[in-house]
Amino acid sequence: MNSSENKRDWESHPPLIAPGYKSTIYRGPSQPLIEVPELMKPGTGPIFGMESVSPLDHDLTKNGIKNGEPLGERIVVSGRVLNQNGQPLKNTLIEVWQANAAGRYVHKRDQHHAPLDPNFFGAGRCVTNDKGVFKFYTIKPGAYPWGNHPNAWRPNHIHFSVFGPNIGTRLVTQMYFPGDPLLDHDPIYLAVPEKSRERLISTFDLDLTEEGFALGYQFDIVLRGNHSTPFENE
Amino acid sequence: MNKLGQTPSQTIGPYFAYGLTPEQYKFDHKSLATPFLLDVKHNSKDLILLKGRVFDLHGAPVDDAMIEIWQVDQEGVFRTEPHEGFISIGRMGTGTVEGNLYEFTTCIPAPEKPGLAPAINMIVFMRGLLSHVYTRVYFDNLHMQGAQETVFFDF
Ligand SMILES: [Fe+2]
Repeated sequence: MNSSENKRDWESHPPLIAPGYKSTIYRGPSQPLIEVPELMKPGTGPIFGMESVSPLDHDLTKNGIKNGEPLGERIVVSGRVLNQNGQPLKNTLIEVWQANAAGRYVHKRDQHHAPLDPNFFGAGRCVTNDKGVFKFYTIKPGAYPWGNHPNAWRPNHIHFSVFGPNIGTRLVTQMYFPGDPLLDHDPIYLAVPEKSRERLISTFDLDLTEEGFALGYQFDIVLRGNHSTPFENE
Repeated sequence: MNKLGQTPSQTIGPYFAYGLTPEQYKFDHKSLATPFLLDVKHNSKDLILLKGRVFDLHGAPVDDAMIEIWQVDQEGVFRTEPHEGFISIGRMGTGTVEGNLYEFTTCIPAPEKPGLAPAINMIVFMRGLLSHVYTRVYFDNLHMQGAQETVFFDF
């Protein structure tokens, strides 16, 4: 393993303390991280593949249905998970969670007085295919207020958790939507170094859009390193 | 080939529980990773409980962190599927146990290399953390002699 290619690139990732996002001030480590060559032996990981997901896990428009269809704008989100050489990462688990169309999470702690949707749960997962491609159906999430500063609103976003081949490729991030005016006011998005921010914005894709059914958004994910076939030895 | 830029990290936020740790938080959704790496019914003699808390700058325990642990088994193998009651990744949020503990049922792994002390790799995700951080947990058993001999001091 070429360790220099596998480092986290801090020109791409937000810093641990970004004062515009207030809770980083008391929750982000203040001391520099200590560099180690590897945390685990090359080839250790990951764990989840095709067998982890159930048939409706990739369809958030259906996996929470109680007595009808969820409200809001149906969308389909697809993309590739790649290494930094552009090679696809197959059989890698992606977990997503999000607010409903009104900007409300199912989470018990979310007290935003927007309605819950009895037919929308808001969590799902999928696994990339042999070409590194994932795809899921959902409802476009609404913006929601938060307490960071006066009149603070999070832009529309979908939370992503991605594994990749090893502990170093682990990634938790958020996917945003093109043209969202709240992005320019969001300290979580703005904490990402400027040249890398746009990687978090999905692109509207008419080819992916399903006629009469759902708008398509494309979102590629690049994980650190150059491992191309994480499961070849299995 | 052109080197692509890494997709930036973003915080896990306060509302991950129903998506990432649903069973622990009593949501009706299957958990893929749980606090139980070692199945007690299968193997209880090697069981350890790994408990701890996450504190912020003010010393307040964090009640919305998510901890993942990644470790090899006692033979030094990373188990991607349950093997003799053991699986290599655990996950737990700090919002359900009194005192905001995380609490993993697992075993002490084999050392990564001969001569190294055994350790469990830990990843911390939480609201207020824009990029996750990694750390390692070592164990305080004393080895008087041998490959894992404890370091003792003289002064
Ligand atoms: Fe969110």
